[in-house]
Amino acid sequence: MGYKKPIEQLDERHLVSEGTTFAQVTEIVSRVTEQKAPRLWWILFGISTSVTGVLGLTIGYLLWTGIGVWGNNSPVAWAWDITNFVWWIGIGHAGTLISAVLYLFRQYWRTAINRFSEAMTIFAVICALMFPTIHAGRPWFLYFSLPIPNQMNMWPNFKSPLLWDVFAVSTYFTVSLLFWYVGLVPDFATLRDRAKNKFRKWIYGFVALGWRGSNRHWSNYERAYLILAALSTPLVLSVHSVVSFDFATSVEPGWHTTIFPPYFVAGAVFSGFAMVMTLLIIARTVYGLHDLVRIRHLELMNKIMLTTGSLVGYAYAMEFFIAWYSGNPYERFVFINRAMGDYWWAYWSMITCNVISPQLFWFKKLRTNIPVMFIVSIVINVGMWFERFVIIVTSLHHDYLPSAWGNFSPTIFDILTYVGSLGLFFTAFLLFLRWLPMIAIAEVKMVMPQADPHLGHGDEEHGEDHHDDATAVPAMAEE
Amino acid sequence: MASESQKKGAQSPETRPLLFLAEYETAGDVFHAAEHVRDAGYEKWDVHTPFPVHGMDKAMGLKDSKVAWIVLVMGLTGCTTAFLMMWWMNGHDYPLVIGGKPGFSLPSMIPVMFELTVLLSAFGAVFGMLGINQLPKHWHPVFFSDRFERCSDDRFFISIEAADPKFDLEETKALLEGTHPSHVELISEEVEQ
Repeated sequence: MGYKKPIEQLDERHLVSEGTTFAQVTEIVSRVTEQKAPRLWWILFGISTSVTGVLGLTIGYLLWTGIGVWGNNSPVAWAWDITNFVWWIGIGHAGTLISAVLYLFRQYWRTAINRFSEAMTIFAVICALMFPTIHAGRPWFLYFSLPIPNQMNMWPNFKSPLLWDVFAVSTYFTVSLLFWYVGLVPDFATLRDRAKNKFRKWIYGFVALGWRGSNRHWSNYERAYLILAALSTPLVLSVHSVVSFDFATSVEPGWHTTIFPPYFVAGAVFSGFAMVMTLLIIARTVYGLHDLVRIRHLELMNKIMLTTGSLVGYAYAMEFFIAWYSGNPYERFVFINRAMGDYWWAYWSMITCNVISPQLFWFKKLRTNIPVMFIVSIVINVGMWFERFVIIVTSLHHDYLPSAWGNFSPTIFDILTYVGSLGLFFTAFLLFLRWLPMIAIAEVKMVMPQADPHLGHGDEEHGEDHHDDATAVPAMAEE
Repeated sequence: MASESQKKGAQSPETRPLLFLAEYETAGDVFHAAEHVRDAGYEKWDVHTPFPVHGMDKAMGLKDSKVAWIVLVMGLTGCTTAFLMMWWMNGHDYPLVIGGKPGFSLPSMIPVMFELTVLLSAFGAVFGMLGINQLPKHWHPVFFSDRFERCSDDRFFISIEAADPKFDLEETKALLEGTHPSHVELISEEVEQ
């Protein structure tokens, strides 16, 4: 890794605003954790902790009374809870995609946004894990799903996709947390070295593990980081594939399709990028990160949203086609029912938000316009929630025999748990912004022109310094 | 310049040198200095940078990292453990007949085998890396220097330890001063009497 001069013929520019020094990067990122939080932070924090409190009360009431307080009932036994689970897990996926997949593809513009989106992954997975835990009804028996001896002398059924989910999601959470922490260690060292008071020095010093920027360490560190990226890439694809198996391996019309794994993964990346965009625009504006997170970064993210949004649109169309082509009357009915049945409004909201709204990003004017991308990112998140709702509820409410049909409507507790999970997410995220370096300081420095040891002088006399150009950082093209 | 910011070095005559610390302003300077130290044949020395400098492993003459081998072993362990666990639990110890499926069936074991492979490999990568690097280690002579605080900001350092067989108060200092550092200091500790 390292820095490569932007190729002028390709109209490339630097990843960080020109003239920015290493010390400025340190300062811009670290000062957020050192100064008093801005008033807006306190307002948002107040709101989100209050909402988290509501979540706590709701869950308390739910556990006391039973999950009958939710609207789920036969035949719609999975409703908002599983919708929220899949929605949150999907949001988490963009973090891993940005930190791992873009790393392997040497897309170095990721350095500005990876810390941020990895944090988002962790908090989103925490919110996601909450829902199946509560939905199981008696969370204190959750250890039944683990391969440990229990009083029934039985082992878990490893042929169940729900059990695969337990392994997939908990592995995903653990690996994301490790990846995030490894990335944070050098930046913790920066905060430790800047710390003015003893308490800060002690805390950040403790988590920095005594990091001293040693190149002997960097050598192993970079290798471990590369391996983690290589592990996370198939992992992230597997997680949403396994989540989709929960549906695809059932014999429910509308669920039993082979397109589900890729379709779920594309949707996950799509919604995750939208959530990163929403959060990033707020943080960039509040904390003045314009030199590190440039319009160009946002534009590239919008292009990814356009791509994944169109992939999702293709999947919607293909599902319909296969439902007709299969010749299965139940399958046909479920899809016609989706578009024109009781929940037509959810289906068409989904199409409008997920397929039509990202098409705005074909136009450069719109994909470089901050208010437009902010609104579209929120619209996409709404749309992706509707997607999961449509898949889950419309398939269940009218499946085979009309005598077994039913309808679903949420109760106030469905709504409070969902809104409450947003509160939990934002509380965690705001604490992250306040106390941890929200941009990967060391990684941003690495892609700056001054990071190149061969910059400007003295190169001719050291003919033995080999540059492996295949691994050098490609600079970013800018029209 | 030597021994000015060391721990109370001036008052106590009984000090023992720990390492020389040279500071550089740019990545290029420290890169070329590292090549000189490498060519001079030192072994117990290190380069300290705020970010990994491209090509520095070669400039220091380091061998390839061994982390990948740990990951390989851990990954194979994870995969085997998952297979044996599921075979024993569902296929041997207490087969459950659900949906008429056989107790032991490889296709349904793939997801869990994959997840445990990834999980243990990730543990191997992170804890293996920390183990090889001997971290956490909160005590190190470089932290005695006040200037070293900028190592995680925008300065670059080379440290040569006194434990190195070639270490010599005069020669090592001369070598470092010949590599255009912005500052050279000797870090010592007090010897208890």
